Amino acid sequence: MGKTLYDKLWEDHCVHTYENGYSLLYVDRHLVHEVTSPQAFDGLKIADRRLWRKESIMAVPDHNVPTLNRGGQINDPISKIQVDKLDENCKTHNLLKFDLQDERQGIVHVVGPEQGLVVPGMLVVCGDSHTSTHGAISCLAFGIGTSEVEHVLATQCILKQKSLNMNVKVLGDMNEYFYAKDLALLIISKIGTAGGTGYAIEYTGKAIEGLSMESRMTLCNMTIEAGATTGLIGVDKKTIEYIKDKPYSPKGDLFVNANKHWESLRSDDDCTYDKVFEIDVSKQDPMVTWGTSPEMASSVNDNIPDLNDIAFSDKVEDFRNALDYMGLKPKQKINSIYLDKIFIGSCTNSRIEDLRVVAGIVKGKKVSDKIKSAIIVPGSGLVKKEAENEGLDKIFIECGFEWRSPGCSMCLGMNDDQLDEYERCASTSNRNFEGRQGRLGRTHLVSPAMAAAAAIRGHFVDVRDEI
Amino acid sequence: MNKFKNVTSIIVNIPRKNIDTDIIIPKQYLKAVTREGFGNFLFDDWRYLEPGKLSDKKERKKNLDFVLNLDEYSNCEIMIVGDNFGCGSSREHAVWALIDFGIKVIISTSFADIFYSNCFKNGLLAIILDEKEIENIKANGKSYSINLEEQLIYNDNLKVKFEIDPRKKQALIEGLDDISETLLLKDKIKNFESKRLKEKPWLF
Repeated sequence: MGKTLYDKLWEDHCVHTYENGYSLLYVDRHLVHEVTSPQAFDGLKIADRRLWRKESIMAVPDHNVPTLNRGGQINDPISKIQVDKLDENCKTHNLLKFDLQDERQGIVHVVGPEQGLVVPGMLVVCGDSHTSTHGAISCLAFGIGTSEVEHVLATQCILKQKSLNMNVKVLGDMNEYFYAKDLALLIISKIGTAGGTGYAIEYTGKAIEGLSMESRMTLCNMTIEAGATTGLIGVDKKTIEYIKDKPYSPKGDLFVNANKHWESLRSDDDCTYDKVFEIDVSKQDPMVTWGTSPEMASSVNDNIPDLNDIAFSDKVEDFRNALDYMGLKPKQKINSIYLDKIFIGSCTNSRIEDLRVVAGIVKGKKVSDKIKSAIIVPGSGLVKKEAENEGLDKIFIECGFEWRSPGCSMCLGMNDDQLDEYERCASTSNRNFEGRQGRLGRTHLVSPAMAAAAAIRGHFVDVRDEI
Repeated sequence: MNKFKNVTSIIVNIPRKNIDTDIIIPKQYLKAVTREGFGNFLFDDWRYLEPGKLSDKKERKKNLDFVLNLDEYSNCEIMIVGDNFGCGSSREHAVWALIDFGIKVIISTSFADIFYSNCFKNGLLAIILDEKEIENIKANGKSYSINLEEQLIYNDNLKVKFEIDPRKKQALIEGLDDISETLLLKDKIKNFESKRLKEKPWLF
C-alpha cells in the first residue's frame, strides 16, 4: 500500500518509537521568537543542560515589536525586556538571529522560507501555532508549546503521537478574485474549527496545483484554524523553483542531490487517507467572517445567518454570543457592514504577492473618509524593500494607507497596533477571536483584495465591484 | 514538574464551545518572561470590566456575572469546559494561568491539540468524556473527587471512569520530566543525526 506525504515525512524523522505509541522525531529546523522562548531558555539554564544543535535555530523578534519609529528604542519597557531577552539568549548560545535593524527581520513564518532556512523534507517547529505555514514547502511543520521548545533545545527531538491523515481535495478552478485566503475560510466554514483536530491535512487537487507558493503558505498557515496542527502540499516544480537561490538554500551538487529526494515528497497514487473532504471551488465568491471564530464565515454576497434556520439549530447559542460581541444582527447583509480600521499584514497575508494585489486594487483611489486608519505591515524587511522597489509604497501612501515596518502587529495586538473598544476591522490576519486585536475589538477576516476594496468603500463589497 | 495529587473540589462550569487561548489569557500578558503569576489574568476580558496590563497591579472592577468571580468558586480546582477548548494560539501561558489560578483538572468533550499537549507538560490533568457523561456529572452534584490512579471521577451519587493515555498518566503521577527521559536515548539520537548528516546533508 502506498504512503501519504505525511507518512513519509513521519518515518523519515522517527528516531525512536515507544511501546505506548509515542515517537521521538528529529527536528531539522527550530524557529524561535521572543514571546514563547524566554521561559524555555531559562529552563535549560536552570537544569544546566546544553543546547543540542545551535545551527538548527533561526531566531527573530516579531510578535512584540513596534511597526513605527524603528530607528530608536522600544518604548514599552516590558516589551523591550522580552526583545532584549531574546537577544541575550541568542548571544549566549551564538544563534543565527535577525535583529530589528536587519532588513531580513520580519514575521518568523515569512522570514524562514524567504531565507531558504526551510526546505522540503524538514521537520520544522516553532513556539507558534502558525508553523503549519511551512507545510506549503512540504515540511512536517507544527506549532509547539514553550515546554516543547525547551525539549527541542535540549534534545533536538520532539515527542509526538502520530496524527491521522486527512485529504482536502479542492476541485474546480478558482475565480480570479477568490484567493487562497478565501479558500481557507471556505474550508473552515465547512469542516469547523475542530474539523481537523487529530489530523494532518494534505491539500490536493487542480486548484492547489494552480496556487503560487505564497498562496500555498496562506492556505497551510490557516490549517491550524481548522484544528489541524499540520497542513501539507506535495513537492512540484513550483516548490523547487521557489527554493532555488534563496540565501540559505542548498547550492550546487547539494541542490542536485536534494532535488532527487525532494521529488519523492508527494503522496503515492495508491495511498489511503483516514478521511477525505472534497470541495468544489468553481463559482465561489470572496469570503468574510462575521463572528468570533474563523468557521463563522460566509460569502460577501450572503447575509449573516438567520438564527431560526434549522441548519444552525445546534449553533444558535454560539452564533448569538458571536453576533452580540460583533454588534451585528442575524440576516444582516454582509456588504452593509461598515468598518473603522483596515489591517493588511500577518503571517497569513503579508508577502509581496499580497501587497501587489492590494496595490492593483487601490491604485489612484483614496481610502474612504469613514476609515479611521488603514495600515499595511509587510511580512519582512525584504518584502518591504521589494515593495518599495516596485513603487507599491507610493501607491499605498497616496491612497491614504500607512506604510509600516515588519512584525506581527495588529494580528494579535501585542504592540501599539490595536483596535479600540468596539472598533470594527477588516483584517487579513487569521483569528477573529474575542479581544484578539484589542479588548472588545471586532475583527472580520478577509483576503488582502477584500480588505483593499473595503478600505476604498468604507464597507465590505465584493472586490469584483471595486476593480 | 510537581506530582499530581488526587483532588476533591467544587466544579466550575464554563460551557461555551471553542474557547480560544486568547480568551484564556489575552495577549498583553504574554510579554512576561517567567511562568508564574498568570492566575490573576485567567479569562481576563470576562472576569474584569476594565482592561488590565501586566505591569499594572491595581484592583480592577470585577464582572460579577462571570462564574469564576462567585465566592464559592474562589478555591475550585476542577473545571468543566465546552467542546474544542484551548483552540487557537500555542501559548502555554493559557495552561500556566489555569494552574496559577488553582485548577488541577479540566474536563471537556474535546481539547485543541497543542493546548492538550501543553496541559500534561505542566501537570494539569485534562480529561475527555462524552457529552452524556459530562451532563451526568453536572446533574449529580457540585463537588467531586478525582483519583488518577483509578481513573475515577466520583462523589456519593456517581462514579465515572475516564480514559487516559498510560504515558501521560505515569508522567503526572510521578511528576516525570520529558527531557530527562528523552536524554536516556542520547546515543540513539546522536546516531540518527550522524546518519542523517551523511545521507541528507542539505538539511543541516
